[in-house]
Amino acid sequence: MNMNNPLPVYNGEAVGINKIPIVPPGLFLDSIVQAANDGARIACLFGSPVAARTIRLYAVLVHDPSGELSILATYVTDRYPALTPDCVQAHWFEREIAEQWGVRPEGHLWLKPVRFHHSYRPEHDAWGRSPNDPILPSVMDFFRVEGEETHEVAVGPVHAGVIEPGHFRFQCHGENVMHLEISLGYQHRGIERALQGGPDKRTIHFMETLAGDSTIGHATAYCGLVESLTHTQVPARAQMIRGIAAELERVANHVGDLGALAGDVGFLPTQNYCGRIRGDVLNLTALLCGNRFGRGLLVPGGVAWDLDPDRAGEMMARLEAIEADLAVAIPLMFDAPSVLARLEGTGSLSIELARRIGMVGGPARACGLVCDVRTQLPYGAYRFATLPVSTYHTGDCFARAYVRWLEVQRSFHLTRQLIESLTDGPLTRPCGALDPDQLAVALTEGWRGEICHVAATDEDGRFLFYKVVDPSFHNWFGLALAMRNQQISDFPLCNKSFNLSYCGHDL
Amino acid sequence: MLRILRARIQQKHRTMKYPRGNFPEMPDRFAGRPVITGQCGESCRLCLDACPTHAVSKTPEGLRLDLGRCLFCRSCVGVCPSGCIAFTSNHQLAAAKREDLIIGPKSLERAAAVSEIARKFFRRSLKLRQVSAGGCNACEADANVLSTPAWDMGRFGISFVASPRHADGLLVTGPVTENMLLALRKTYEAVPEPRIVIASGACALSGGVFGGNPEVTGGAEPALPVDLFVPGCPRPTL
Repeated sequence: MNMNNPLPVYNGEAVGINKIPIVPPGLFLDSIVQAANDGARIACLFGSPVAARTIRLYAVLVHDPSGELSILATYVTDRYPALTPDCVQAHWFEREIAEQWGVRPEGHLWLKPVRFHHSYRPEHDAWGRSPNDPILPSVMDFFRVEGEETHEVAVGPVHAGVIEPGHFRFQCHGENVMHLEISLGYQHRGIERALQGGPDKRTIHFMETLAGDSTIGHATAYCGLVESLTHTQVPARAQMIRGIAAELERVANHVGDLGALAGDVGFLPTQNYCGRIRGDVLNLTALLCGNRFGRGLLVPGGVAWDLDPDRAGEMMARLEAIEADLAVAIPLMFDAPSVLARLEGTGSLSIELARRIGMVGGPARACGLVCDVRTQLPYGAYRFATLPVSTYHTGDCFARAYVRWLEVQRSFHLTRQLIESLTDGPLTRPCGALDPDQLAVALTEGWRGEICHVAATDEDGRFLFYKVVDPSFHNWFGLALAMRNQQISDFPLCNKSFNLSYCGHDL
Repeated sequence: MLRILRARIQQKHRTMKYPRGNFPEMPDRFAGRPVITGQCGESCRLCLDACPTHAVSKTPEGLRLDLGRCLFCRSCVGVCPSGCIAFTSNHQLAAAKREDLIIGPKSLERAAAVSEIARKFFRRSLKLRQVSAGGCNACEADANVLSTPAWDMGRFGISFVASPRHADGLLVTGPVTENMLLALRKTYEAVPEPRIVIASGACALSGGVFGGNPEVTGGAEPALPVDLFVPGCPRPTL
């Protein structure tokens, strides 16, 4: 094959790290732009040091309609011509590369830090800061609109609700938002760096707390990587239990969000019912593993807890009751004209924009993009399921809410199917040592969207690097754009309709 | 309107009876307060090596388990050949003193709760400002749950408020990242006195799994004086 073309891989396949085509920077950038123009999405674009002065850049591309995955790499030193002007979806990734490795993408139009930490290569800083300069979060040049009747509103890091910290700057003309800039990094806990040299006894716990509400989503991606790097065949029963847990996680969060959206528009019945029903779903996960968030359920090689027949029966009975409650609580909201008036037409994004900026998950599907890892790059139990992709076409708050409701109903269907068809067999297979000098990619569909983990092993089979992309990393920019020409008072509603993760972004 | 009323009847009254009535039943696989049940071999270090957060230590009097560090992952139980550690279903984990979170062979069933001052000032009305300082959103999400009808903590006069200036205290979650340290301090200073601090979850108590990372400071202490420690990962909702 041509060593200049991206290497096609399966979701969850490990390949020799020396098999990955390394091309000159110019060709690397052209290939990505070409692929993006043909409809591909950047799942991950990141750097990894190979020598004191050299950084290897990797790009993992997803071709959504066909479900192909491919990898390409190049070498850069301190600077390279930025990809962002020709391929907007790279813009957040290139900021991350600049911040982590002090490599400057020349011509990047928006080159600012994303997490506010010192460069991982001392003496290399994309902004020329010294290692001794303190770096304070959100201390940077914000985009500003100036004029007599414009004003700036700054919110956060500490917000009014029980929610994670982030800083938001609105450029307003009266009530109207002309531009929103989002600055994060407050939740940065240094997880990627701590994962290097692993896996060790802390690794699975880092995965479970990357984004605590997506414990199953991230843990599934991690376990998938370890299993492919150790050639472990996970028992079917374990895959199905993972699938059940993932769908419960999706339902719980979507139901919670629907309730919160109802609350944000002042529709209290659905808010109250959903607040409780979300807890009932979390309790199903606790029935399975003792923890409402699924902590301790997944282990590399399988699952730690079984869904025995008694437990399965109990789960089915409770599922039925929850479904009946939701069938009353949710339509109440979607049939209320006062709710629809607030949701419809608020925070709209077009399908073209969503594709250009590389959005994923529910917010992308709400614009009409057909993207769902479960269907397009199936893994685990989803290999045996037919799952329609839930989309809507209006790209507004209503669409983002309605897609959630569609997904909840389909998740119930799938969960029941999985419980009814649980196969016999073991729960785990032992994983041996990790193969040396390999690279593996695992994608899963968390409830927020595509979760991407990429790991490579060194000659001893330890993690050379471990890269995590939470769906929020792709979607925060979408929220910023959705706020353009909206009333500033609609921000809470727009924000909730995305409900992105701060800690998943900040890592 | 009629539909809303019908829905109200269908959804029923769901607020739990606790604390007047019985505890709601905990799931059988729930890991609550651990107990040290046995004496282990002197040279055995299996549980110490298995623990991801160094919560287990060994003293001449026997094993010690620090609930402030514990993730309740039960790795120690899995490796122990002589069954020295067991996790009960007791969800009452909180303590007013950090040292009361250390569990040894002779620990009490339940540690002393809040101080007299806190009891006197805030008994019937307690307004809290929640600050997530590196939390993973599990502790935060299960703080939100407390306001929903099933728990309805408003029954006890407790509620979350939007501004620290309206609050009697802070509920801190997360290992307190370097990037949140200043904001956390400023939020605390904005709370009028007398004020209390509740640290919730292993991260806020000790840094949890992030404890050793240079990007975090290792919990709410020493940045703030903590009045109540609530262990767990995340802490149980009761």
